[in-house]
Amino acid sequence: MEASSRFLDTFFNWEVIERYLPAIMKGVVVTIEIAAAVVVAGILLGLALAIVRSFQVLVVNALIVVFVDVFRALPPLVLVLLVYFGLPNIGINLPSFAVLWLVLALVLAAFAEEIFWAGILSIPKGQWEAARSTGLSFLGTLAYIVLPQAIRLTVPPLTNRTIAITKNTALGTVIGVGEILNQATTAQSFSGNATPLMMGAIAYVILFIPVVVLGRFLETRFAWRRV
Amino acid sequence: MEAIRQQFFNLAIMEQAFPLILAGLKQTIVICLIVIPLGLVGGLAFALTSLSRFRTVRWTVIAGIDFFRAIPPLVLLIFIYAGLPFAGFRPSPMTAVAIAFFLNTSSYYGEIYRAGIESVGLGQWDAARSTGLRGYQTLTYVVLPQAVRNVLPDLVSNAVEVVKLTSIASVVALPELLYSADMARSVTFNSSPIVLAAAIYLAMLWPVVRLISRLERRIAT
Repeated sequence: MEASSRFLDTFFNWEVIERYLPAIMKGVVVTIEIAAAVVVAGILLGLALAIVRSFQVLVVNALIVVFVDVFRALPPLVLVLLVYFGLPNIGINLPSFAVLWLVLALVLAAFAEEIFWAGILSIPKGQWEAARSTGLSFLGTLAYIVLPQAIRLTVPPLTNRTIAITKNTALGTVIGVGEILNQATTAQSFSGNATPLMMGAIAYVILFIPVVVLGRFLETRFAWRRV
Repeated sequence: MEAIRQQFFNLAIMEQAFPLILAGLKQTIVICLIVIPLGLVGGLAFALTSLSRFRTVRWTVIAGIDFFRAIPPLVLLIFIYAGLPFAGFRPSPMTAVAIAFFLNTSSYYGEIYRAGIESVGLGQWDAARSTGLRGYQTLTYVVLPQAVRNVLPDLVSNAVEVVKLTSIASVVALPELLYSADMARSVTFNSSPIVLAAAIYLAMLWPVVRLISRLERRIAT
Protein backbone atom coordinates (compact mmCIF):
# COMPACT_ATOMS: atom_id res chain seq x y z
CA MET A 1 0.00 0.00 0.00
CA GLU A 2 2.77 2.38 1.03
CA ALA A 3 4.76 1.74 -2.18
CA SER A 4 1.77 2.08 -4.45
CA SER A 5 0.69 5.39 -2.95
CA ARG A 6 4.23 6.69 -3.31
CA PHE A 7 4.19 5.59 -6.93
CA LEU A 8 0.90 7.41 -7.55
CA ASP A 9 2.22 10.46 -5.74
CA THR A 10 5.29 10.52 -7.98
CA PHE A 11 3.81 9.73 -11.38
CA PHE A 12 0.10 10.56 -11.11
CA ASN A 13 0.03 13.39 -8.60
CA TRP A 14 -3.39 14.98 -8.91
CA GLU A 15 -2.30 18.45 -7.77
CA VAL A 16 0.53 18.51 -10.28
CA ILE A 17 -1.78 17.29 -13.04
CA GLU A 18 -4.23 20.09 -12.32
CA ARG A 19 -1.53 22.73 -12.19
CA TYR A 20 0.30 21.74 -15.37
CA LEU A 21 -2.49 20.44 -17.57
CA PRO A 22 -2.89 23.83 -19.32
CA ALA A 23 0.84 23.94 -20.13
CA ILE A 24 0.80 20.40 -21.51
CA MET A 25 -2.30 21.21 -23.58
CA LYS A 26 -0.50 24.24 -24.98
CA GLY A 27 2.31 21.90 -25.94
CA VAL A 28 -0.16 19.55 -27.61
CA VAL A 29 -1.43 22.43 -29.76
CA VAL A 30 2.11 23.43 -30.74
CA THR A 31 3.01 19.82 -31.57
CA ILE A 32 -0.11 19.42 -33.74
CA GLU A 33 0.52 22.71 -35.54
CA ILE A 34 4.15 21.93 -36.34
CA ALA A 35 3.35 18.33 -37.27
CA ALA A 36 0.59 19.45 -39.66
CA ALA A 37 2.83 22.07 -41.27
CA VAL A 38 5.64 19.51 -41.64
CA VAL A 39 3.36 16.89 -43.22
CA VAL A 40 1.84 19.31 -45.76
CA ALA A 41 5.12 20.97 -46.76
CA GLY A 42 7.16 17.75 -46.73
CA ILE A 43 4.80 15.64 -48.80
CA LEU A 44 4.08 18.39 -51.35
CA LEU A 45 7.78 19.16 -51.80
CA GLY A 46 8.55 15.44 -52.06
CA LEU A 47 5.87 14.98 -54.71
CA ALA A 48 7.08 18.04 -56.62
CA LEU A 49 10.66 16.72 -56.59
CA ALA A 50 9.53 13.28 -57.81
CA ILE A 51 7.62 14.94 -60.68
CA VAL A 52 10.63 17.08 -61.59
CA ARG A 53 12.78 13.95 -61.48
CA SER A 54 10.53 12.17 -63.98
CA PHE A 55 11.60 14.71 -66.65
CA GLN A 56 15.00 12.97 -66.50
CA VAL A 57 17.24 16.04 -66.81
CA LEU A 58 20.64 14.69 -65.83
CA VAL A 59 21.96 17.64 -63.80
CA VAL A 60 18.67 18.26 -62.02
CA ASN A 61 18.28 14.58 -61.17
CA ALA A 62 21.80 14.40 -59.77
CA LEU A 63 21.01 17.36 -57.50
CA ILE A 64 17.76 15.76 -56.34
CA VAL A 65 19.53 12.47 -55.58
CA VAL A 66 22.21 14.25 -53.55
CA PHE A 67 19.60 16.22 -51.60
CA VAL A 68 17.55 13.09 -50.92
CA ASP A 69 20.53 11.00 -49.86
CA VAL A 70 21.97 13.65 -47.57
CA PHE A 71 18.68 14.25 -45.80
CA ARG A 72 18.08 10.52 -45.47
CA ALA A 73 21.55 9.86 -44.07
CA LEU A 74 21.85 12.70 -41.54
CA PRO A 75 20.23 12.49 -38.10
CA PRO A 76 17.49 15.16 -37.85
CA LEU A 77 18.92 16.38 -34.54
CA VAL A 78 22.24 17.17 -36.25
CA LEU A 79 20.39 19.23 -38.86
CA VAL A 80 18.32 21.00 -36.20
CA LEU A 81 21.42 22.05 -34.25
CA LEU A 82 23.29 23.01 -37.42
CA VAL A 83 20.49 25.27 -38.67
CA TYR A 84 19.58 26.67 -35.27
CA PHE A 85 23.08 27.63 -34.18
CA GLY A 86 24.65 28.13 -37.60
CA LEU A 87 22.30 30.47 -39.45
CA PRO A 88 22.31 33.36 -36.92
CA ASN A 89 26.07 33.64 -37.35
CA ILE A 90 25.68 34.39 -41.03
CA GLY A 91 22.92 36.89 -40.40
CA ILE A 92 19.81 34.74 -40.81
CA ASN A 93 17.62 34.66 -37.72
CA LEU A 94 14.81 32.13 -37.67
CA PRO A 95 12.59 31.48 -34.66
CA SER A 96 13.11 28.00 -33.19
CA PHE A 97 9.75 26.63 -34.33
CA ALA A 98 10.56 27.69 -37.90
CA VAL A 99 13.91 25.89 -37.70
CA LEU A 100 12.18 22.70 -36.50
CA TRP A 101 9.53 22.98 -39.22
CA LEU A 102 12.09 23.65 -41.96
CA VAL A 103 14.37 20.76 -41.01
CA LEU A 104 11.61 18.18 -40.53
CA ALA A 105 9.82 19.27 -43.72
CA LEU A 106 13.05 18.85 -45.72
CA VAL A 107 13.70 15.42 -44.15
CA LEU A 108 10.16 14.29 -44.93
CA ALA A 109 10.44 15.70 -48.47
CA ALA A 110 13.60 13.63 -49.02
CA PHE A 111 11.96 10.39 -47.90
CA ALA A 112 8.69 11.21 -49.69
CA GLU A 113 10.51 11.93 -52.96
CA GLU A 114 12.21 8.54 -52.77
CA ILE A 115 8.91 6.78 -52.07
CA PHE A 116 6.98 8.63 -54.81
CA TRP A 117 9.80 8.01 -57.26
CA ALA A 118 9.80 4.28 -56.48
CA GLY A 119 6.04 4.36 -57.05
CA ILE A 120 6.40 6.09 -60.42
CA LEU A 121 9.11 3.62 -61.48
CA SER A 122 6.90 0.68 -60.56
CA ILE A 123 4.31 1.63 -63.18
CA PRO A 124 5.01 -0.48 -66.30
CA LYS A 125 6.28 1.30 -69.42
CA GLY A 126 3.24 0.06 -71.34
CA GLN A 127 1.04 2.41 -69.32
CA TRP A 128 3.12 5.39 -70.43
CA GLU A 129 3.17 4.26 -74.07
CA ALA A 130 -0.54 3.52 -74.19
CA ALA A 131 -1.40 6.89 -72.63
CA ARG A 132 0.93 8.85 -74.90
CA SER A 133 -0.44 7.08 -77.99
CA THR A 134 -3.95 8.30 -77.17
CA GLY A 135 -2.59 11.83 -77.54
CA LEU A 136 -2.10 12.68 -73.84
CA SER A 137 0.88 14.95 -73.19
CA PHE A 138 3.77 13.89 -70.93
CA LEU A 139 2.36 15.85 -68.00
CA GLY A 140 -1.16 14.61 -68.72
CA THR A 141 0.06 11.01 -68.66
CA LEU A 142 1.86 11.65 -65.40
CA ALA A 143 -1.12 13.39 -63.79
CA TYR A 144 -3.97 11.19 -64.99
CA ILE A 145 -2.44 7.77 -65.58
CA VAL A 146 0.82 7.23 -63.70
CA LEU A 147 0.49 9.19 -60.46
CA PRO A 148 -2.97 7.87 -59.49
CA GLN A 149 -1.63 4.31 -59.71
CA ALA A 150 1.75 5.15 -58.20
CA ILE A 151 0.35 7.02 -55.21
CA ARG A 152 -1.79 4.02 -54.27
CA LEU A 153 1.39 1.98 -53.88
CA THR A 154 3.08 4.66 -51.84
CA VAL A 155 0.36 4.97 -49.18
CA PRO A 156 1.67 2.43 -46.62
CA PRO A 157 5.39 3.33 -46.68
CA LEU A 158 4.61 7.02 -46.82
CA THR A 159 2.24 6.80 -43.86
CA ASN A 160 4.82 5.00 -41.73
CA ARG A 161 7.57 7.41 -42.68
CA THR A 162 5.36 10.41 -42.03
CA ILE A 163 4.48 9.12 -38.56
CA ALA A 164 8.15 8.54 -37.76
CA ILE A 165 9.10 12.05 -38.86
CA THR A 166 6.25 13.86 -37.13
CA LYS A 167 7.30 12.12 -33.90
CA ASN A 168 10.57 13.98 -34.32
CA THR A 169 8.77 17.19 -33.36
CA ALA A 170 9.91 16.16 -29.86
CA LEU A 171 13.44 17.15 -30.95
CA GLY A 172 12.20 20.75 -30.80
CA THR A 173 12.65 20.63 -27.03
CA VAL A 174 16.42 20.79 -27.54
CA ILE A 175 16.15 24.24 -29.15
CA GLY A 176 13.34 25.42 -26.88
CA VAL A 177 10.25 24.96 -29.05
CA GLY A 178 7.34 24.87 -26.60
CA GLU A 179 5.96 21.52 -27.70
CA ILE A 180 4.76 18.69 -25.45
CA LEU A 181 8.13 17.35 -24.31
CA ASN A 182 9.46 20.86 -23.65
CA GLN A 183 6.42 21.78 -21.55
CA ALA A 184 6.70 18.48 -19.70
CA THR A 185 10.39 18.77 -18.83
CA THR A 186 9.93 22.40 -17.77
CA ALA A 187 6.97 21.48 -15.56
CA GLN A 188 8.93 18.55 -14.17
CA SER A 189 11.81 20.74 -13.08
CA PHE A 190 9.45 23.32 -11.53
CA SER A 191 7.34 20.78 -9.67
CA GLY A 192 10.15 18.39 -8.72
CA ASN A 193 7.79 15.59 -9.63
CA ALA A 194 7.72 13.06 -12.47
CA THR A 195 3.99 13.51 -13.15
CA PRO A 196 4.44 16.05 -15.99
CA LEU A 197 6.71 13.61 -17.84
CA MET A 198 4.03 10.96 -17.49
CA MET A 199 1.45 13.45 -18.77
CA GLY A 200 3.66 14.29 -21.74
CA ALA A 201 4.17 10.62 -22.54
CA ILE A 202 0.43 9.98 -22.31
CA ALA A 203 -0.28 12.99 -24.54
CA TYR A 204 2.05 11.57 -27.20
CA VAL A 205 0.47 8.13 -26.95
CA ILE A 206 -3.04 9.60 -27.30
CA LEU A 207 -1.89 11.63 -30.32
CA PHE A 208 0.02 8.91 -32.08
CA ILE A 209 -1.66 5.57 -31.24
CA PRO A 210 -4.50 6.30 -33.72
CA VAL A 211 -2.03 7.04 -36.54
CA VAL A 212 0.11 3.99 -35.72
CA VAL A 213 -3.00 1.79 -35.79
CA LEU A 214 -4.06 3.47 -39.05
CA GLY A 215 -0.59 2.79 -40.47
CA ARG A 216 -0.87 -0.89 -39.49
CA PHE A 217 -4.32 -1.06 -41.13
CA LEU A 218 -3.09 0.54 -44.35
CA GLU A 219 -0.12 -1.80 -44.43
CA THR A 220 -2.26 -4.95 -44.30
CA ARG A 221 -4.79 -3.39 -46.67
CA PHE A 222 -2.23 -2.57 -49.37
CA ALA A 223 0.15 -5.43 -48.54
CA TRP A 224 2.34 -7.07 -51.16
CA ARG A 225 1.11 -10.64 -51.04
CA ARG A 226 3.56 -13.42 -51.67
CA VAL A 227 2.57 -17.06 -52.02
CA MET B 1 30.55 33.71 -48.84
CA GLU B 2 33.58 34.22 -46.62
CA ALA B 3 31.26 34.32 -43.60
CA ILE B 4 29.79 30.95 -44.56
CA ARG B 5 33.24 29.45 -44.98
CA GLN B 6 34.36 30.87 -41.63
CA GLN B 7 31.21 29.74 -39.86
CA PHE B 8 30.65 26.27 -41.31
CA PHE B 9 33.86 25.08 -42.94
CA ASN B 10 36.55 26.47 -40.70
CA LEU B 11 39.35 23.92 -41.05
CA ALA B 12 41.40 25.27 -38.15
CA ILE B 13 38.49 24.81 -35.77
CA MET B 14 37.67 21.39 -37.22
CA GLU B 15 41.23 20.32 -36.65
CA GLN B 16 41.10 21.56 -33.08
CA ALA B 17 37.83 19.73 -32.41
CA PHE B 18 38.90 16.57 -34.19
CA PRO B 19 40.22 14.55 -31.18
CA LEU B 20 37.05 15.31 -29.20
CA ILE B 21 34.84 14.36 -32.14
CA LEU B 22 36.81 11.19 -32.74
CA ALA B 23 36.21 10.15 -29.13
CA GLY B 24 32.53 10.88 -29.71
CA LEU B 25 32.53 8.72 -32.82
CA LYS B 26 33.96 5.82 -30.80
CA GLN B 27 31.17 6.24 -28.26
CA THR B 28 28.56 6.31 -31.05
CA ILE B 29 29.95 3.07 -32.45
CA VAL B 30 29.85 1.49 -28.98
CA ILE B 31 26.19 2.52 -28.60
CA CYS B 32 25.37 1.06 -32.02
CA LEU B 33 27.12 -2.20 -31.17
CA ILE B 34 24.99 -2.46 -28.05
CA VAL B 35 21.60 -1.31 -29.28
CA ILE B 36 21.40 -2.85 -32.77
CA PRO B 37 21.99 -6.47 -31.66
CA LEU B 38 19.73 -5.84 -28.66
CA GLY B 39 17.01 -4.60 -30.98
CA LEU B 40 17.45 -7.46 -33.45
CA VAL B 41 17.11 -10.08 -30.71
CA GLY B 42 14.34 -8.24 -28.85
CA GLY B 43 12.50 -7.67 -32.12
CA LEU B 44 12.57 -11.36 -32.93
CA ALA B 45 11.17 -12.13 -29.48
CA PHE B 46 8.44 -9.51 -29.97
CA ALA B 47 7.60 -10.89 -33.42
CA LEU B 48 7.38 -14.51 -32.28
CA THR B 49 5.25 -13.68 -29.25
CA SER B 50 3.02 -11.41 -31.36
CA LEU B 51 2.24 -14.50 -33.49
CA SER B 52 1.52 -16.59 -30.39
CA ARG B 53 -1.42 -18.94 -30.47
CA PHE B 54 -2.71 -17.50 -27.19
CA ARG B 55 -4.86 -14.48 -27.83
CA THR B 56 -3.97 -12.68 -24.58
CA VAL B 57 -0.23 -12.96 -25.25
CA ARG B 58 -0.69 -11.87 -28.85
CA TRP B 59 -2.77 -8.82 -28.01
CA THR B 60 -0.59 -7.75 -25.11
CA VAL B 61 2.54 -7.84 -27.26
CA ILE B 62 0.88 -6.04 -30.18
CA ALA B 63 -0.42 -3.35 -27.81
CA GLY B 64 3.10 -2.99 -26.41
CA ILE B 65 4.62 -2.72 -29.88
CA ASP B 66 2.12 -0.04 -30.89
CA PHE B 67 2.69 1.83 -27.64
CA PHE B 68 6.45 2.03 -28.16
CA ARG B 69 6.02 2.91 -31.83
CA ALA B 70 3.66 5.75 -30.88
CA ILE B 71 5.90 7.37 -28.31
CA PRO B 72 8.79 9.47 -29.67
CA PRO B 73 12.12 7.85 -28.69
CA LEU B 74 13.35 11.11 -27.16
CA VAL B 75 10.30 11.20 -24.87
CA LEU B 76 10.95 7.60 -23.84
CA LEU B 77 14.63 8.34 -23.21
CA ILE B 78 13.93 11.43 -21.10
CA PHE B 79 11.22 9.60 -19.20
CA ILE B 80 13.65 6.83 -18.30
CA TYR B 81 16.57 9.14 -17.59
CA ALA B 82 14.75 11.95 -15.73
CA GLY B 83 11.52 10.25 -14.60
CA LEU B 84 12.63 6.91 -13.20
CA PRO B 85 14.97 8.44 -10.57
CA PHE B 86 11.78 9.65 -8.86
CA ALA B 87 10.86 5.98 -8.46
CA GLY B 88 14.25 5.22 -6.95
CA PHE B 89 15.98 3.90 -10.08
CA ARG B 90 18.79 6.14 -11.28
CA PRO B 91 20.12 4.82 -14.60
CA SER B 92 23.43 6.03 -16.03
CA PRO B 93 23.10 7.75 -19.43
CA MET B 94 24.26 4.56 -21.16
CA THR B 95 21.77 2.37 -19.27
CA ALA B 96 18.96 4.81 -20.03
CA VAL B 97 19.91 4.81 -23.71
CA ALA B 98 20.10 1.00 -23.77
CA ILE B 99 16.66 0.61 -22.17
CA ALA B 100 14.96 3.25 -24.33
CA PHE B 101 16.51 1.93 -27.53
CA PHE B 102 15.73 -1.66 -26.61
CA LEU B 103 12.01 -0.84 -26.24
CA ASN B 104 11.82 1.41 -29.30
CA THR B 105 14.05 -0.53 -31.68
CA SER B 106 12.67 -3.94 -30.73
CA SER B 107 9.17 -2.73 -31.51
CA TYR B 108 10.18 -1.58 -34.98
CA TYR B 109 12.23 -4.70 -35.67
CA GLY B 110 9.38 -6.79 -34.29
CA GLU B 111 6.99 -5.35 -36.86
CA ILE B 112 9.48 -5.96 -39.65
CA TYR B 113 10.11 -9.59 -38.68
CA ARG B 114 6.38 -10.13 -38.33
CA ALA B 115 5.74 -8.83 -41.84
CA GLY B 116 8.53 -11.14 -43.03
CA ILE B 117 7.16 -14.22 -41.27
CA GLU B 118 3.66 -13.49 -42.57
CA SER B 119 5.05 -13.12 -46.11
CA VAL B 120 6.14 -16.79 -46.06
CA GLY B 121 3.27 -18.92 -47.35
CA LEU B 122 1.46 -21.30 -45.03
CA GLY B 123 2.33 -24.13 -47.43
CA GLN B 124 5.94 -23.80 -46.30
CA TRP B 125 4.91 -24.55 -42.72
CA ASP B 126 2.76 -27.49 -43.77
CA ALA B 127 5.42 -28.95 -46.04
CA ALA B 128 8.18 -28.58 -43.43
CA ARG B 129 6.06 -30.08 -40.66
CA SER B 130 5.05 -32.99 -42.90
CA THR B 131 8.71 -33.90 -43.42
CA GLY B 132 8.90 -34.47 -39.67
CA LEU B 133 10.46 -31.15 -38.61
CA ARG B 134 9.24 -29.82 -35.30
CA GLY B 135 7.58 -26.44 -34.93
CA TYR B 136 10.69 -24.60 -33.78
CA GLN B 137 12.82 -26.39 -36.39
CA THR B 138 10.41 -25.30 -39.12
CA LEU B 139 10.72 -21.77 -37.83
CA THR B 140 14.54 -21.73 -37.66
CA TYR B 141 15.41 -23.68 -40.78
CA VAL B 142 12.54 -23.00 -43.17
CA VAL B 143 10.49 -19.92 -42.31
CA LEU B 144 12.94 -17.45 -40.77
CA PRO B 145 15.59 -17.66 -43.51
CA GLN B 146 12.96 -16.81 -46.14
CA ALA B 147 11.30 -14.22 -43.92
CA VAL B 148 14.57 -12.40 -43.27
CA ARG B 149 15.44 -12.42 -46.96
CA ASN B 150 12.06 -10.92 -47.85
CA VAL B 151 12.41 -8.03 -45.40
CA LEU B 152 16.17 -7.52 -45.65
CA PRO B 153 15.88 -3.95 -47.05
CA ASP B 154 13.64 -2.99 -44.15
CA LEU B 155 16.01 -4.54 -41.60
CA VAL B 156 18.96 -2.63 -43.05
CA SER B 157 16.94 0.56 -43.38
CA ASN B 158 15.90 0.32 -39.74
CA ALA B 159 19.54 -0.15 -38.73
CA VAL B 160 20.30 3.17 -40.46
CA GLU B 161 17.48 4.77 -38.51
CA VAL B 162 18.93 3.39 -35.27
CA VAL B 163 22.40 4.75 -36.02
CA LYS B 164 20.87 8.16 -36.75
CA LEU B 165 18.76 7.91 -33.61
CA THR B 166 21.82 7.42 -31.39
CA SER B 167 22.30 11.20 -31.78
CA ILE B 168 19.48 11.76 -29.26
CA ALA B 169 21.75 10.25 -26.59
CA SER B 170 23.42 13.69 -26.61
CA VAL B 171 20.34 15.03 -24.81
CA VAL B 172 21.13 12.91 -21.73
CA ALA B 173 24.78 14.02 -21.89
CA LEU B 174 26.19 10.78 -23.24
CA PRO B 175 29.38 12.00 -24.96
CA GLU B 176 28.68 10.52 -28.40
CA LEU B 177 29.39 12.07 -31.80
CA LEU B 178 26.79 14.84 -31.77
CA TYR B 179 27.34 15.65 -28.08
CA SER B 180 31.07 16.09 -28.61
CA ALA B 181 30.50 18.20 -31.72
CA ASP B 182 27.97 20.40 -29.93
CA MET B 183 30.36 20.77 -27.02
CA ALA B 184 33.06 21.99 -29.42
CA ARG B 185 30.52 24.32 -31.01
CA SER B 186 29.57 25.92 -27.72
CA VAL B 187 33.23 26.46 -26.82
CA THR B 188 34.27 27.90 -30.19
CA PHE B 189 31.00 29.70 -31.07
CA ASN B 190 31.40 28.19 -34.51
CA SER B 191 29.30 25.57 -36.32
CA SER B 192 32.19 23.84 -38.09
CA PRO B 193 32.42 21.01 -35.51
CA ILE B 194 28.79 20.10 -36.21
CA VAL B 195 29.49 20.17 -39.95
CA LEU B 196 32.37 17.79 -39.29
CA ALA B 197 30.09 15.49 -37.28
CA ALA B 198 27.52 15.64 -40.08
CA ALA B 199 30.23 14.70 -42.58
CA ILE B 200 31.12 11.68 -40.42
CA TYR B 201 27.48 10.56 -40.21
CA LEU B 202 27.25 11.02 -43.97
CA ALA B 203 30.40 9.00 -44.60
CA MET B 204 29.07 6.16 -42.43
CA LEU B 205 25.51 6.11 -43.70
CA TRP B 206 25.49 7.33 -47.30
CA PRO B 207 26.79 4.03 -48.74
CA VAL B 208 24.13 2.15 -46.77
CA VAL B 209 21.38 4.53 -47.91
CA ARG B 210 22.45 3.96 -51.55
CA LEU B 211 22.46 0.21 -50.94
CA ILE B 212 18.93 0.34 -49.51
CA SER B 213 17.66 2.23 -52.55
CA ARG B 214 19.07 -0.47 -54.79
CA LEU B 215 17.78 -3.35 -52.65
CA GLU B 216 14.31 -1.79 -52.63
CA ARG B 217 14.27 -1.41 -56.41
CA ARG B 218 15.32 -5.03 -56.86
CA ILE B 219 12.57 -6.35 -54.59
CA ALA B 220 9.96 -4.07 -56.17
CA THR B 221 10.55 -5.27 -59.73
